[in-house]
Amino acid sequence: MSIINNINKAFDHRIRLGIMSILMVNDYADFNLLKDLLGATDGNLASHVKALEKEEYIKVEKQFIGRKPNTRYSFTTLGKNEFKKHIDALEKLIGK
Amino acid sequence: MEAKKYLEDITEIKNMMSRSSRFISLSGLSGVMAGIYALIGAFIAKLLIDDHLQSVKSHQDLPKAGLYEIIGYSDLISNLFLIAISVALLAILTGLILTIRKAKKSGEDIWDASSKRLILNFLIPLIAGGLFCLVLLQYGYVGLVASATLIFYGLACVNASKYTLGDIRYLGIANIIIGLMATQFIGYGLYFWALGFGAFHIIYGALMYFKHDKK
Repeated sequence: MSIINNINKAFDHRIRLGIMSILMVNDYADFNLLKDLLGATDGNLASHVKALEKEEYIKVEKQFIGRKPNTRYSFTTLGKNEFKKHIDALEKLIGK
Repeated sequence: MEAKKYLEDITEIKNMMSRSSRFISLSGLSGVMAGIYALIGAFIAKLLIDDHLQSVKSHQDLPKAGLYEIIGYSDLISNLFLIAISVALLAILTGLILTIRKAKKSGEDIWDASSKRLILNFLIPLIAGGLFCLVLLQYGYVGLVASATLIFYGLACVNASKYTLGDIRYLGIANIIIGLMATQFIGYGLYFWALGFGAFHIIYGALMYFKHDKK
């Protein structure tokens, strides 16, 4: 029962899972990198990013590179811990 | 049913982690080509060395024999250096062309965060090793140069393996081992060179090619 509790509904989608996985191994990732890697459309990715942002699992930094606006993401301590719990729970469920 | 979905999730997580942090378009075929260049280079080097030894022998009873030996020797060293540089440049060029081609095919960017990280981490031990080899030459420890190049190249491969497909790690470890072995057989450096840079590259490249490229 406790394992099931650790399965986090916020991560229960391929795109959100992908965003968190990418952020786990990179210090940060910008919108276009996420889009390319996940093969998502702008709108689709934006809505999933927003959902993770609302849970405060990821941080958004907006900045300018030269004249181009650039949005990059990194995860919060909360997001990192929650995602680790989620992976552990997944592994335990499969292990059974 | 549930378990299958979780398994897919885990696979997706692993896939995304490696795709976003590792440069996966490194061409296997370029490893094979690098190995072939190295073997050709080693063969020419062997001919030059034999030639030099022959001429040293034939001048042995002439007056000023020592002088001939010294002049011939410095020529030999600079020729061997030239061969080594040409082999390295050819190998890098071929590797670059084949890797760009592979990256285009798989839609990976050739110059992105993952390839930059790969090159940087490959170059750190390699440049340190290159400078160290120049120091060895400076003090006349020519016999240890072959070992040092193999060991540092091996370390570069092991270090780079964290940022690309993992197989390059074994190439690195193999090169470190024979580099260390070569320290005990000074004078046979060329054979260890041919084995490490030639044969091992061909084996590694072929394995990579059949495992990853041929899909």
